[in-house]
Amino acid sequence: MTTSVDLERPASPAAFRPIGAVRKSKNLVATVLVYLSFAIAVVPLVWVLYTVLEKGLGPVLNADWWGNSLNGLTATQFGGGAYHAIYGTLVQGVVCALISVPIGVLVAIYLVEYGARSRMAKTTTFMVDILTGVPSIVAGLFIYALWITTFGFTRSAFAVSLSLVLLMVPVVIRTTEEMLRIVPMELREASYALGVPKWKTIVKIVIPTALSGIVTGVMLGLARVMGETAPLLILVGYAPFINYDIFSGEMASLPLLMNTERATGTEAGDMRVWGAALTLVVIIMLFNLIAAIVSRLSAIKTK
Amino acid sequence: MVRPGDRIFRSLTSGAGVFIVVLIAAIGIFLLLRAIPSLQRDNVNFLLSRDWVTSDPANLRFGIIDLLWVTVATSVVALVLATPVALGIALFLTQYAPRKLARSLAYVVDLLAAVPSIIFGLWGIQVLAPQLLPFAEWLNEYLGWIPIFALGNVSTGGGGNIFISGVVLAVMILPIITAVSREIFERTPTAHVEGALALGATKWEVVRTTVLPFGKAGFISAAMLGLGRALGETIALTTILSATDAQPNYTIFDGGATFASRIALGSAEFNDNLTVGAYIAAGLVLFLITFAVNALARTVVAGKKEYA
Repeated sequence: MTTSVDLERPASPAAFRPIGAVRKSKNLVATVLVYLSFAIAVVPLVWVLYTVLEKGLGPVLNADWWGNSLNGLTATQFGGGAYHAIYGTLVQGVVCALISVPIGVLVAIYLVEYGARSRMAKTTTFMVDILTGVPSIVAGLFIYALWITTFGFTRSAFAVSLSLVLLMVPVVIRTTEEMLRIVPMELREASYALGVPKWKTIVKIVIPTALSGIVTGVMLGLARVMGETAPLLILVGYAPFINYDIFSGEMASLPLLMNTERATGTEAGDMRVWGAALTLVVIIMLFNLIAAIVSRLSAIKTK
Repeated sequence: MVRPGDRIFRSLTSGAGVFIVVLIAAIGIFLLLRAIPSLQRDNVNFLLSRDWVTSDPANLRFGIIDLLWVTVATSVVALVLATPVALGIALFLTQYAPRKLARSLAYVVDLLAAVPSIIFGLWGIQVLAPQLLPFAEWLNEYLGWIPIFALGNVSTGGGGNIFISGVVLAVMILPIITAVSREIFERTPTAHVEGALALGATKWEVVRTTVLPFGKAGFISAAMLGLGRALGETIALTTILSATDAQPNYTIFDGGATFASRIALGSAEFNDNLTVGAYIAAGLVLFLITFAVNALARTVVAGKKEYA
């Protein structure tokens, strides 16, 4: 008895089937869209930076720009510089950093070394997240309500620094916390084994190991707060001349200079606006760059 | 044995932790305390009035309904534009881009966050708005029958409307949405991805069946963080939006002011505590809204054990 078996045909369908046209085209469309969306993000970045460079390069390359203020110049007169504003931006940033860094580092140490998974630590982490999302104008209003209305101080650059603290602290906490977490446990244990107290271990072993990361966080935080405008509008007046005193009087800063000069609507004002924009971008990029270099050069060696 | 140094250091650091919690509470409390006197003297309904007349402390008339409309509309436009792009970028950086390049490319997106918002505002109104004008007019003319694309209460040609603000905001919130969702997408279990690949899935099918289901909650949370950022953005919108007292037509070509830009515009008249109190009341509402949005966003992620 013979059964006819088609010996040419495989007994079961092929395990490997080519990918169908529909699946292939879906895959292609998705790939194109994904690449495209990255391109879409690059367009505004390049466009904004190009605009700033194109419009701002003229005034910034003028020698007066870095050494003069706008004292005594009217809105239509060309000339003058932005050193009064550069001073303001830097000093407000530095004062803010002097307050934010200790607070930020202490909170991070608490979260990593002491709090562990306690309820308090969870609450703190949540509040840090909330603080990250507090709009800068609200931070400004809060300092106004506290420092000026309640305590009776006048508007000043120091009040601005205080409001910037609210914006910088979460950045410092986040980066420091991340760095402290990747400090190898063995380092701490070795220190404890030698009888070193916990606080000394943290100060002498953990923090120095994580220092580069902390510096990166501070730089990133500075870069964030120096570009802020909103709290400045509420908390300090703009002065076209230099004022070294952070506790009283009006003080210029680059964002405030831009905001004031954009209202003039003159050609000279326009040049100052974009000159200040370029200066601000350069300063912020510089801090970002330092942050990137510091973190690249001295990353913690993890196994 | 607990050494005195340990005790001091411990209380110092926990004190700093408590400080953060107290700080958030203080923001709410101080804003509320300063807003109450002005709210009591408000001659119109704070929630429903369209007025904003605060120059005379003896006759305060301020309400937030228009501010609420412009704030929500700009943020929603921004979110609608930004989320698909951010999703694409996050997928690109985690799944598609060559591993070696991914870090540098991610840095490029992060650079967007480093540009000060006042520069985005100036760029938006001076450079971007004229370029988008033909598109805006086209929307107006051909899709004007859909209510949200109809003519607004300011001239479309000026560019100071919700549409341009939304586009600029979308650019500004791209980095945060991308950064957060990237972090989540990177945690997709390798076993899932490899499993899908072993079954013969194409790249897109891998993404659709492993990365997206895993990262969905995280992406929603990222989008909400972006929304929080957009709601509170101040100076970019102050620069872009044309101020107007006209009744809004509830289209994306309306002008007006958001909570934040109204406060920024009013900063010149901050000399009487009652006047300031009106702005603080607006600030308080903004604080509560952003608090709610951010808290919700964090809870979405905190609830997922896989993300830990």
